[in-house]
Amino acid sequence: MPAGSETLYPVEDPDIAAFEEQFSRGPSRARKIWSALWPKLLAFAFFIGAWQFVVWTGWKPEYVLPSPFTVFDQFWQDKSTLWEATQTTLGRAVKGYSIALVLGVVTGLLVSRSKILRSGVGSMITGLQTMPSIAWFPASIVVFGLNESAILFVVVLGAAPSIANGLISGVDNIPPVLLRAGRVLGARGLSSVRHVVLPAALPSFVGGLKQGWAFAWRSLLAGELIVLLGKPALGQELQGARDLNNYPMMYSVMVMIFIIGIVVDALVFGTAERWIRRRYGLMDASDS
Amino acid sequence: MSNTRPLRAVDATSDPAPPAGSVVASAAVSIVDVRKHFGHGGGGVLALDGVSLDVAPGEFVCLFGASGCGKSTLLNLVAGLDKPTSGTVEVRANRTALMFQEAALFPWLTVRGNVDLALKLSGTPRERRRERTEQLLEMVHLSDFAKKRPHELSGGMRQRTALARSLAQDAQVLLMDEPFGALDAMTRDVLHDELESLWRTTGKTVMFVTHNVREAIRLGDRVVLLTSRPGRVAQITSVTIERPRRIDSPEVATLAASITDRLRDEMERHARGK
Repeated sequence: MPAGSETLYPVEDPDIAAFEEQFSRGPSRARKIWSALWPKLLAFAFFIGAWQFVVWTGWKPEYVLPSPFTVFDQFWQDKSTLWEATQTTLGRAVKGYSIALVLGVVTGLLVSRSKILRSGVGSMITGLQTMPSIAWFPASIVVFGLNESAILFVVVLGAAPSIANGLISGVDNIPPVLLRAGRVLGARGLSSVRHVVLPAALPSFVGGLKQGWAFAWRSLLAGELIVLLGKPALGQELQGARDLNNYPMMYSVMVMIFIIGIVVDALVFGTAERWIRRRYGLMDASDS
Repeated sequence: MSNTRPLRAVDATSDPAPPAGSVVASAAVSIVDVRKHFGHGGGGVLALDGVSLDVAPGEFVCLFGASGCGKSTLLNLVAGLDKPTSGTVEVRANRTALMFQEAALFPWLTVRGNVDLALKLSGTPRERRRERTEQLLEMVHLSDFAKKRPHELSGGMRQRTALARSLAQDAQVLLMDEPFGALDAMTRDVLHDELESLWRTTGKTVMFVTHNVREAIRLGDRVVLLTSRPGRVAQITSVTIERPRRIDSPEVATLAASITDRLRDEMERHARGK
């Protein structure tokens, strides 16, 4: 027992002590956060150190490969532009991802429930998933013109197959006993999908959602590099900084892209995964 | 999934008229000369062969036999989840509810949510559901655990929840496929008492599958002994021991010994090739 925390009764029994230890929350929370944080901080420091080391070796001139501190300085200076660009880019990402989510879920459900569709379309979805989304851009620009629709089209095409495939494998991994229970309780057709199939598929579907986001994000940045529009956006700023030989700016946009990747993964998908694991009882009591 | 229409009467033969004299008009479940063959051609398995059984309304019938005797197959046929190869299964009830060895609760729902969903899926209007859920949880002594999730419950509590979920369907016929098979003996004893009193108060017809002969005698009005491969009715025993019975009472033990002997004879005959 940590000093200072109150015990409810004199503790002799080691089992009770262990029990109390486990259920006393106060001091362990800060400790938990710290124990999750310090490896990340260490890794970050190591990364910065390595970067600075490469700069010091003089491998490339400093205007090509500036030191991390120059880049962070630039990052701070350009923070309002970066923020504006981030908003545009994230807005597009959310829009494209939402469309992909609807398309992916509908396709995934249809394919997972129908043998004919599965043998017909199943391998095509996987084919689409492995196709580099940048390969779609020439066609997309020809069809939609140099505008946001061209970008969104590719974002949707990038994300939807992963989401659909994730749902298909989620449905395939549902314990048969749950489907049987649903049938026995009278769940048919849409009510079965809504009350049994979708919630039962959710734990393994999250993987597909996550992968879909990764593909959407990659497609989007590729699109913004190619399709330059009026509004500042991250991909466009990246390309612009290169065109203007403002390399610290270029690196600071990359840092921003990297940060967004981490934040979305930790906050959105990490939270969703933890929530699902806790709710579905897929988590050991000791790591909750 | 396509062959799971909620059939109340399953008729696999083209002849709609049941064989004369074998169907008791008042039976809740009539099984007449049912054969069930799995697979195609010579490589298949004959799970049930010429099984006939009538279950009276309100009766508690236990199906007992070694594993592979087609007990579960028979319940699936009665539940309408599968069709017989030949013969008829007729259920004269509003519907059947089926409960199995795994509680098969939905892990994303609480205890209350699981019961509520069963009510919803069986078409209970929303305004009646809440009250009915509380009633059902009360019946299985889980009112205090309504907000728990399945993974937070013991095995016995999970089966209680599954029982409440089955009762929620308001079916006149309750089919139970080794529902207590995975529980420890103490918990099973308690659940036997609870099931018996629920059966008495609700007047449901129960078909209960078990591979534990004492459990069958503890609960059943009749014990149906099935042989293995193919499953046939070897013997039907009316249990006359007065209720409430105790699973460890000498009467139960005596009857259990005689039924087990009979089962052993059947198995030996089977091993010798009939």
